[in-house]
Amino acid sequence: MSWYHPHSVRRRAAAVRVITVTVFGILALAFFRAQVLSTRRYRLQSEQNRLRPVWLPAARGVITDRNGVVLADNVPGYSVAVLASALDSLRSTLHTIAPIANLDSARIEGLLQRFQRTPHEPLVLRQDASFELVAALEEQRVVIPELLIQTEPKRSYPHGEIAAHVVGYVGEISEEELTSGLLPGAHRGMLMGRDGLERQYDVRLRGRDGVRFVEVDALGRTVREAVEATTLKPQRGDTLRTSLDIELQHFIAEVFPRGQRGAVMAMDPRTGEVLALYSSPGFDPNAFVGGMDPDEWHALSHSEDQPLFNRAIGGLYPPASPWKLAVAVSALKRGAAGLDSHMEIPCRGGLLYGNRYFRCWKEHGDLSLREAIQFSCDVYFYQLGLKLTLDNLLRDAVDMGFGERSGIDLPGEQLPLFPRSNKYYDEQYGRGGWTNAVTLNLAIGQGENSQSLSNMVRFYAMLASPTGAAPAPRLVAEESVPLRSLHMSPAALAELQDALVQVVRTGTAAGARIAELEIAGKTGTAQNARGPAHGWFLGFAPADRPAVVVGAIVEFAGHGSDVAPLVTRIIARHLLGPDAPPPGSGELEFMLPSDSAPAPRRLLPDTSPLSRPPA
Amino acid sequence: MQAHRLDRSLLVTTAVLVVVGMLTLYSAGQTDVPSFVTEIWKRQLLWLVLGIVGAILMFRVSPRILEWATPYAYGIAIALLILTLLVGTGAGTAASAKSWLAVGGVRIGQPVEAAKLATILMLARHLAGKREAPATLVEIVPSLVIVSVPFLLVALQPDLGSAIVFLGILFAMLFWVGVKGWLLLLLASPLISLLLGFNEYPWSAWIVVLTLILLVVRPYVLEGLVVWLTNVAMGVVVLKLWQTLAPYQQNRLLSFLNPELDPRATGWNIIQSKVAIGSGGIFGKGFAEGTQKRLAFLPEQHTDFIFSVIGEELGFIGVLVILALFTALLMVLVRIARGATDTYSSVLVLGVASMVFTHVFVNVGMTVGLMPIVGIPLPFFSYGGSFLVTCFVAVGLALRMAWESRLSGYAAL
Repeated sequence: MSWYHPHSVRRRAAAVRVITVTVFGILALAFFRAQVLSTRRYRLQSEQNRLRPVWLPAARGVITDRNGVVLADNVPGYSVAVLASALDSLRSTLHTIAPIANLDSARIEGLLQRFQRTPHEPLVLRQDASFELVAALEEQRVVIPELLIQTEPKRSYPHGEIAAHVVGYVGEISEEELTSGLLPGAHRGMLMGRDGLERQYDVRLRGRDGVRFVEVDALGRTVREAVEATTLKPQRGDTLRTSLDIELQHFIAEVFPRGQRGAVMAMDPRTGEVLALYSSPGFDPNAFVGGMDPDEWHALSHSEDQPLFNRAIGGLYPPASPWKLAVAVSALKRGAAGLDSHMEIPCRGGLLYGNRYFRCWKEHGDLSLREAIQFSCDVYFYQLGLKLTLDNLLRDAVDMGFGERSGIDLPGEQLPLFPRSNKYYDEQYGRGGWTNAVTLNLAIGQGENSQSLSNMVRFYAMLASPTGAAPAPRLVAEESVPLRSLHMSPAALAELQDALVQVVRTGTAAGARIAELEIAGKTGTAQNARGPAHGWFLGFAPADRPAVVVGAIVEFAGHGSDVAPLVTRIIARHLLGPDAPPPGSGELEFMLPSDSAPAPRRLLPDTSPLSRPPA
Repeated sequence: MQAHRLDRSLLVTTAVLVVVGMLTLYSAGQTDVPSFVTEIWKRQLLWLVLGIVGAILMFRVSPRILEWATPYAYGIAIALLILTLLVGTGAGTAASAKSWLAVGGVRIGQPVEAAKLATILMLARHLAGKREAPATLVEIVPSLVIVSVPFLLVALQPDLGSAIVFLGILFAMLFWVGVKGWLLLLLASPLISLLLGFNEYPWSAWIVVLTLILLVVRPYVLEGLVVWLTNVAMGVVVLKLWQTLAPYQQNRLLSFLNPELDPRATGWNIIQSKVAIGSGGIFGKGFAEGTQKRLAFLPEQHTDFIFSVIGEELGFIGVLVILALFTALLMVLVRIARGATDTYSSVLVLGVASMVFTHVFVNVGMTVGLMPIVGIPLPFFSYGGSFLVTCFVAVGLALRMAWESRLSGYAAL
């Protein structure tokens, strides 16, 4: 019999009706129980609105360096809150404790407004109360029974300024974030990672806050734990083990020229592990714990030095001479030149192109590509750039990753400013409004090109690798990290690495060499319209099997600062240990990376007017 | 078009539900604490207009064209679900789930709602083609596949509530085409094992019962074996695996499967919902006067817990009236399914009825603590554009089926 026979359909229709009525009948019974049988109890609860959720903050996960040294930890702290029942009683309570808790009238008004928005949540007065305040308030407890004092884990950063940018800091959730509805389970007073690792891995570090429900009487006094709701214990966040080496970080902070702005980044080119990431000047992340006072925040965020700003990933600088290697890679790949090729015009201290004279920092004479890298000759690279043509140069550089971020696992990495094709120039200057002179500027790493230190370090990690491929920099290990490759033959790459060894052996960074260690690297001086040039050095070692790449940028280092020895000292400290001899034999020799470049026609944003929205 | 051939009882029940639903949503926004919910009924009105347009359009579509277009609709729905998994965003109570499609940051809809309807269409098309009811598990496999694809895609979002709706639809539609009760029980048995598997004794008893059933009804040996082994696997392996997990891992898995299960939030929600409903008493506190709602104690009062607003403000009487209205709607749908001109229309309308039934049962049951908190909307009440439009489209379909039936004189039979 077909299933659609009217007889069988009728039978099943009846069954469906019975099921529907039965199920809805059960629902009705449940409502009958709640609304008719138990209504007195619920009505009482509803009238008094006695239940209050009290959050039990979870301890955030600990952040450690690669050896388990703690970078961010928790210490006990106190929070002070009021369980208020009505606006008037709250007002009088606040006025009673105002002299003790140091509340001004503006703050009291703010608290009252907050109470009106969320009348049934405890009103937190201080997230980070001192022991003295807690003791003083406890004495008043008889007069102010609605006080709620809890011990809560409080974030602490034992290394303070040294690792402030990379570790980051935490702050209380803002009103906008709360109402945005984007954060599941968010509640007032919750701590959120605001920068660095704290922000990047916030979800893993945060843990889960616990909650207990307390019943309060009409005066706001805590009566007892509520019967119907269970207390949930907070769950601590995950421990985050990073690849940082805090000892190396300390060493970098020690040797970094005092009072100067800049950044240093050290990375293992084989794994992408970031060993150190330092930005100067620093700030004390402990000052953010428990809320920063507005004046202090204003001073920090408006300081000319921009201490909150992580220059290693957020600062964009003209990449200058270190970028000549990108031109060299492009030339080798396209067969436009070999390491022994000479250019038509030898260096006489400059090159006449069109009606403009492009200077070199020195008269180098007739050089091969190897020597041009070693002595950082601009005239050679002007001609090499012209030979490659602008189109090819831009395309190859974009392939090498100069148009993208390095991909480090930190928030706030800046996208490099780099033209993806020559259309950019048309848009910038209008069609025909620019000449091939931009190729000359580009070939020596000036012009419309600004890179972050992290991206340059990644480029040098590729140069350091025997295969020309390097993973994205990582602070926390991840199963698969994207690789970026130069796609060039290992033989050509080896020759290029040898040229970089020559830079430190006898070239522009000879003063920074270290007898025990073969270091390869490249100096650079980035022209800067706002003052002395910025100094670059990117190096890796040991040259035959690179285990570390270190890059440094020191702003306005033009006067006597020594970026190359700074980097080689850091490399030596990492590879040879704390007893490593300083660069140069015995005496520390100061060597200015003096491969200057002519001022470009127009310089894209440098680091001085850096602006960053407050977290 | 002959107006007297429109199914007036369907129109009237739907209209009453929509009006009461809009009023409830308006009331849900009337709080003493400023909130974005205050203005939300205006947006729902826009969706309502869109829904009515959708219903009218669907009414104009012949069942034959619909049957032809079904595979395409199903395909598009699956594609949208996959897209949602890839680029979806979360919102509201399920902010960590990927359930929304957004264009340029503007959330445009939840494809799962349309996918429910598309799955009903596809399953109807498949089942209607059969003369005889599927008599073995193997014959049920195609239906299972049709539902499993969207089910799994939705479960991955993860959206447990909607996944449950797919199960409700599957079982109801199979029952409607005459699949035997014991076969449905075998189909459901792995789930039963999974639920009972957390305690040894009920699970052992269940395995005995299952074995007996298998011996009595005698399906194919291989089928029987597969069912039995799946049950054992669900009960034993899952339990053992579960026990090897640390408590925090268990919690994580549970809250992954059901993001709304965060006890920190739901513990509060369910208490407040019960207090709101219970304090409503027999006659309620009056329209828009619910104190629990006004003082913002009642969470999600415009979506998941909108029925609590009814319970608080209109009391037990109001609850009974609304439940009766939904029962009436379901009865009308079952009548239309019974009197449809062809098998496709019949299965289709029954599928629509099962979707409405599951939504109402799970949502209302959740507010009073009978069902776990899974967060699915109440038809015609909860705020949410995609689902409202889907409901209207479904009603449009049912209207057309009823109209066809009257046109051919079938309804009189």
